[in-house]
Parts: sequence; C-alpha cells; structure tokens
Amino acid sequence: MNKPLRRVAIFCGLLILALLVRDNWLQYVRADELNSSKYNRRVLIERYAHERGNIIVDGKPITGSVKTKVGDFAYKRSYVNGPMWAPVTGFASQAFDATQIEKLEDGILTGTDDQLFFDRTLAMFTGEEKQGGDVITTLSGAAQKAAFEGLGTKKGAVAAIDPKTGKILALASTPSYDPSTIAGNSDKDGEAWSKLEEDKDQPKLNRALRETYPPGSTFKVVTAAAALEHGVVSGIDDKTDSPDPYVMPGTTTKLPNEGNIPCKNATLRVALQYSCNTVFGKLGVDVGADNMLETAKKFGFNSEQFVPVRANASVFPEKINESQTALSSIGQFDTRTTPLQMAMVAAAIANDGKLMKPYMIDQLRAPNLDQLSQTDPEELSRPLTQEHAQMLQQMMETVVKEGTGTKAQIDGVTVGGKTGTAQHGENNSKNPYAWFISYAKTDAGSPVAVAVVVEDSDASRDDISGGGLAAPIARDVMKAVIDSKK
Amino acid sequence: MSVVTNTTTIGAIEAPSRRNTELALLAFAVVIPIFAYLNVGLAINDQVPAGMLGYGLGLGLLAGIAHLVVRKFAPYSDPLLLPLATLLNGLGLVLIWRLDQSKLFQSTQNFVPGATNQLLYSALGIAFFVAVLLLLKDHRILQRYTYISMFAALVLLILPVFFPAQFGARIWITIAGKSIQPGEFAKIAIAVFFSGYLMVKRDALALASRRFMGLYLPRGRDLGPILVVWAMSILILVFETDLGTSLLFFGMFVIMLYVATERTSWIVFGLLMSAGGAVGVATFEPHVQDRVTAWLDPFAGYGKIAASEQIAKSLMAFGSGGTLGTGWGQGHSDLIGFAANSDFILATVGEELGLAGTMAFLLLYGLIVERGVRTALAARDPFGKLLAIGLSGAFAIQVFVVAGGVMGLIPLTGMTMPFLAAGGSSVIANWALIGILIRISDTARRPAPAPAPSPDAEMTQVVRP
Repeated sequence: MNKPLRRVAIFCGLLILALLVRDNWLQYVRADELNSSKYNRRVLIERYAHERGNIIVDGKPITGSVKTKVGDFAYKRSYVNGPMWAPVTGFASQAFDATQIEKLEDGILTGTDDQLFFDRTLAMFTGEEKQGGDVITTLSGAAQKAAFEGLGTKKGAVAAIDPKTGKILALASTPSYDPSTIAGNSDKDGEAWSKLEEDKDQPKLNRALRETYPPGSTFKVVTAAAALEHGVVSGIDDKTDSPDPYVMPGTTTKLPNEGNIPCKNATLRVALQYSCNTVFGKLGVDVGADNMLETAKKFGFNSEQFVPVRANASVFPEKINESQTALSSIGQFDTRTTPLQMAMVAAAIANDGKLMKPYMIDQLRAPNLDQLSQTDPEELSRPLTQEHAQMLQQMMETVVKEGTGTKAQIDGVTVGGKTGTAQHGENNSKNPYAWFISYAKTDAGSPVAVAVVVEDSDASRDDISGGGLAAPIARDVMKAVIDSKK
Repeated sequence: MSVVTNTTTIGAIEAPSRRNTELALLAFAVVIPIFAYLNVGLAINDQVPAGMLGYGLGLGLLAGIAHLVVRKFAPYSDPLLLPLATLLNGLGLVLIWRLDQSKLFQSTQNFVPGATNQLLYSALGIAFFVAVLLLLKDHRILQRYTYISMFAALVLLILPVFFPAQFGARIWITIAGKSIQPGEFAKIAIAVFFSGYLMVKRDALALASRRFMGLYLPRGRDLGPILVVWAMSILILVFETDLGTSLLFFGMFVIMLYVATERTSWIVFGLLMSAGGAVGVATFEPHVQDRVTAWLDPFAGYGKIAASEQIAKSLMAFGSGGTLGTGWGQGHSDLIGFAANSDFILATVGEELGLAGTMAFLLLYGLIVERGVRTALAARDPFGKLLAIGLSGAFAIQVFVVAGGVMGLIPLTGMTMPFLAAGGSSVIANWALIGILIRISDTARRPAPAPAPSPDAEMTQVVRP
C-alpha cells in the first residue's frame, strides 16, 4: 500500500503548496492594492490612530486632535475657529473622509508619507508613538479674520494674494461651516452632515476657489490690459474712439452705461474711473476675440489652478462673435471667474505685470520640526509689460481716489481698485453680484491684492454695488495685512 | 565496527525513542506562545498581561502531562506530533485572547471572551489525548468497532438537523447552552469505519471488477457503501448547508479507497462524483450559490452578500499584514466580525504575523500531515495504515479547505482551523486525532522484540596461541 501512500503524501504536499502560493500572492503581490482598498477601514483607522499633524497659520495651529472615547478611531479632528478656516483646511471626518489640505496632505498629517519614512523608522526603534507632520500655510490670520468678519452674514468670498510671491493670504467663504461638527462618526455628526448637505446656501462650497461668478466690471481691467498689450490704445490719457451709446456690431442692441456718466470718447483712465460699458465693450471688439482670449489666458483664465487645492477654471469664452466679445469684455455673457482668479488679475497688475503662481502651503514639516519641503515662489506668466502694468496701476488708483471705489481708501497707503456689479439670472432678474478687486501699495511695494465678491440676495437691489458692499471688505483685508507687517 | 544510525520512523532494531527530542521541542512549543502572549499584552495594554503566569503554567502543565503520558505509554511514538499540536494550540489561545481585547468586540452586546473557555477546552482536549493513550493500548482494537463507528458517525452527522441553523448552516447541536459541532468527532469515527471496512473489502474492490473503457468498475455490492457515503455527504450539504464537512468526508473516503485498492480509477470516480454532486447542489441551494459568487469576486458583492463581505474583509486583513505583518496585537482583524476568532482566525495570523508568519503556520500544519503520512508508511498493519492516512488526509483537507476559503482560493465553507480556532469540539476532536496518530506511530516504531538467543549465533571463541 505504500505506493498510493506516497502519492497521497504528494497530494497533501500540493495542497499545502497551493496555500503557500496563494498566501504569497495575497500578502506580497496584492498587499498594497488590498491595503489601500476603498473598503478597507484600516485606512481610516490609521488616519485617526494617532494625533494628526496640524495645519499652521502664523506659527499657531488652527487644527487639533481630540481623544475619542468610543469606537475604533482613537482621535478626532478639532478646529480652532472652524468656520473661518474651513475654506483653507477642508475637513477630516471619521465618517465622511477628508477634503482639501486635510486630504491632499493626508500622508504628511497622518505620518504615513514616504518623506516621513526616516522618522517612522526612528520612532519604531525609540518606541515613540507615531506622529504626523505639520502643514505650514502662507495664510495671514489677521487678513483671514478681516475677510471673514467683513463678509459677516453676507454670502460671498474673499481671496487675497501677496503679489510678489503668489502666497495666498486670505481665503474666506461665507456662509461657512464648522468642520469640528462633522469630524467624528457619531449620530450627531451624521445629523450635522445631512444638515449641511441639505442647506441650499451650500456652506460646504468653497466659494473662493470653486465657484465661478460673472466678474462684471472688474473684468474691464483685463480688457484695458489687452487693449494696451495689443496696441489698440497707446496711452491711458488718450481719447478713445467710442460712441455713447454703443451699438454692438452685427446687432441693433445698444450697450448702455449705468447712469449719466461722461463716456463718449473717454480716455481709458476716465472710462475705468466711471466704469464705462461703451468704452470697454468697443475696446474688446477692437482688440478682437482671439486677442482678448490670449490675454485672459495669460492672466490664468481657462485653466484650473492648483494652490495645491484645486481651483475651478475661470472662463473667458472661446469662439464668439463681435457682439458677444463686447459683452464678454465687460465681464458679462459667458465670462465667469473665481474670486482667486480676480485676485490674480489684481496681483499681476500690482506686481508690475508679473503673475506669480498662487499657493497656500509654504512648508511641510516633520514631527521633529525638520523641514521636509518648501514651496518656492514661481512665475506663472507675464500678462502685461511693466510699463502697461504701471499704466493700469494709475488707472486703478484713480478709481479709488475719485471713482467708484472711494470706500477702499486707506490713510497713507496707495490703493488701486476696480468695482464690479455683475448681473445674472434670466433678464437680470436676480440680484447682481457685488465685486471689488484691489491692491495696496506702500513704499516697499505691494504686499497684498484682494478680490471680494458678495452675492447677497437679501439686500435691496439698489444697495448692491461693488463700491458699496465689497470695497469696505477689501479695504479691511488690505489694512490687516499692512498693519500686521508693521 | 559499524554504527547503526536510524532516523526514519520506520522502526528497526534499536530505534531511538526520541522522547528527549520531544521534550526539548515541547519546551519551545510552550515558550513561543508565552512570548507571543507577552507581546500581545505589551502591544495592546503596554503592560505585561496579568494572566501571563497562569497561562504559562497552565500550558506548561498540560504539555508536561501529555509528555509524561507519552513517555510512559507510547515511548516509541513520533516525537514531532505532540510539540506541533501544543504549539498550534498555544498560539491559537494567544490569538483568541488577542481578539478578546478588541474594543470593537467588547462594545457588542453579547460579548463573551473566548480565551478562558478555549483554555478549558484545550485542557479537556489534552485529557482526551491522554485518555486515548491510556485506553487504547493498541490501535487495532478499533477494528472491532468498525460498524459501531459508522453508526456513531451517522448519528453525529444527523443530529444537527434537529437543531436550529446558526449563521446559515446546521452544523451545531446545543446542549445546556453549549454548542457542539458533531462533525468534528464524526471525522474520527468515520475514519475508523472506513479503515475497518476497506481493510476487509479491499481485495474485493481492487480485483473483482470489470474493465470498462480503461477503468475498473467494481461490482454493485462492493460499490454500494461507497455510493451511500457519497449520497450521505451530499445530503449533509443539502440539509445542513455544510460544504466543508461533505468535502472533507468525501475527500477522506476517496483517499482511503485509493490507498486500500491501489487503483487510480477510484480517484477518477471520486472526482466525477463530487463534481456532479457539487454542481447539482449548487444549482438549487442559494446558500451555496452565494458562497460561489462571493468567492469569484468578493469586492463585487461587498455590502450585498454576507459571505462576500467576510471574504473581502479577510483578504484586506491579509493584505494589510504584508510581508512581515503589523505585529501581535497591532492589527485590525476584528473588523472581520463575529467569526474572526473561529473560521477566520487565520486572517489574524495573516495581518499580525504577515506572510512570514502565515507560511510558518501553514508549514506547521504541513508537518503534522507529513508526520501522519510517515506514520501510515511505517505502520505494519493495513488497518493502521488506512487509519493514519485517513486521519492525516482529513487533516490536510480540512486545513486546505479552511485556509483556502479564508484566503479566497476556494469558496468559503465555514470550517475551523484545527487547534487555532475558538471552539471546543474542534480542539477536543483534534487532540483525540493526534492521540490516535501517536498511538499508531508508537506501534509502528516499536522495535521488534529481540530474537531469542541462539547458541549457533554465538561468536566463536578465539584462543590465541
């Protein structure tokens, strides 16, 4: 009976061998795939197993970790001044995953990133508990506070940039939400979450980066830049050839101006000061749709920006006829922009024509305070020459000195700006958006450029204007930045 | 002068008893689980676990008693079987204790820690082991109980039908609040029956057959009992929805039949019959269909089919372990849920000890099987050979079916990993199984009685001048 016995022995050996092969397949070949499966709760457990690293503003953390008592997640995320910082941090929730910086830099914050390999290995030997690294932002607490409080109960957003470097200084969006309320995975967090989901005001929407609005008259600075760059106008104090009212080419529709303002054949400076639709509509047509698009793209339109959180692409429409070009050139028709994009426009002008790539993560830091990476300022493009940029500065400064933007004035500081009141809805039935873009300039150059949009449907229609609603907020933000530099 | 060295289990004159080897190995088998226990305690609670001394002494005592009994009553038995079983049992206890520490389990409503019970069952298992060695002076006595064994096996198998199904399968009987899985004991009983029956009928089965298309077809009266067993295993599958047990019995039977008759055709028959039966059952048994669907793509059915979710969770546990594992006590295999300490206990091994640890465990099982087959080879009587190969073949199939199911190699069947999994029946039955194997190996390795001294063989006296 020994021959079949040996064969059975081989058979049993094959069974064990099959198991060994399968085990290698599972635990070696497929390990990574299984370990990062979206069904694998260990990913979440790991994310909350230790105190998470922090997101830091002005040297102080705006996030924290709280020990939880129940469940398999050891820690829960907490936020300092959550609603104010929500557009910057995003949220990290045990039940609803994470967003924005919390998600993008999850590896660093959790401590699993490859850059932290050495720290982890060291901690393994010293027996220290694993820790996450920190994310140091470029934001300014004072500017953010001014922006958030300026918006107050109104619906809107603020983006502020340091024109010289592209550092984002403020990124506010209202109405906001407190990420702390959805950080856990209790029933209470679930209720808070569904309340946020159902809220028609969309508190979770990051309006500064993800919402595009018609920019209205603020877009006229882009048109002015295009006109200068493409040689349609040579000086800002030269008379333009523009009728009032202006009948858009190919139509019988008159493009009107708001109110009784001196727009006929006005100079660029005057036209921007009074925000003449006729002048800039015609300029856009004279520049041509293609050239307008080219300049807009140089300012960052029509592409997504990653700061590193993704910002939606702003739009200057392509393939349009002349009348559409006229409308697009005054920030209507299909032109849409994020607040960040308009802040970039103001920043490029303030920085003498050099547009810096906006970013909001300055450094990544290991738990032992070693710097892991540093973001260096990077030039994105040059939408206009230094000469033309300075011309635009003069124009924008006139707007603030004696035009529609007087409410943005700051004592002892040169401020340039542009108001905007963008109409939207069918037949302009909805209340318009109030816009203001501006920059401040001191002896040391320009420390800040801001874009503010207020979409307040509660205010009565007559009260809505960029100068009235948005300019004071921009002023406060600029003032906060300048004061904090003193 | 030539030195006679003999290290095989095939007994020869002056075969060493190897009891001291066993004792040394046994020391490892006790010390390794104690360190594992310490490791879990330090990992989870940052302190030396309170029960460490008790656990260590308990395990040491049990192993010591078993060793002394073997030394006294089965002195020539295989030296590896007892340490292997002790090691697996000890590590199983640690794994179960580790899962008891899960906060997730502790927060469920009817949480009962499993380790204490398991230690009790292990003691009971070793008591069974001792009883086997004490009562069974010679394994051939079991031959007398061939048909009683069959009757016992049938009763054991049919009993669960009268008890309510748990977790989708009727394989438990509940007496006074304690669940017993009679299938585990039936495994041994049926092996005894097969050995006895085949030993008597093997010639008839092997020789009195007609040749048909290259295969030897047996006569109807010899084939009858085989068909009965086949039908029985299918019936178990149908009524108790217990894939594992039916596969186990059938596989064991085919192996023993093959060994007894030395005819390959039996394997062909076996495979054909089991394939036919499996396909037939799968067409109208939704439980079985679910398991097959879950096996084919566990992640597709995640959250939809219970079995799918379990397999996917188990696979993720293995994946998370990677090559070296997270370390004792630092995994999250409790996510698998209620079966984590029984059917899926190997997933904990996979996660916390990694590929290296899992392979080591599989090799430990492989070694037990190998020692079992070696015992069968060494056994001098056909009954002993058949019984040993039946038991070790069944053991191998059980390991394959459970581990294969947990690792997604074959459909999940819901059997338990011998010695590792929480559950009294399994531990006790497997200790009894090891006891029987040790008894057979003792008989097999026992040196032949010294030949009577013959005057002719005496050396010639040389007288120097």
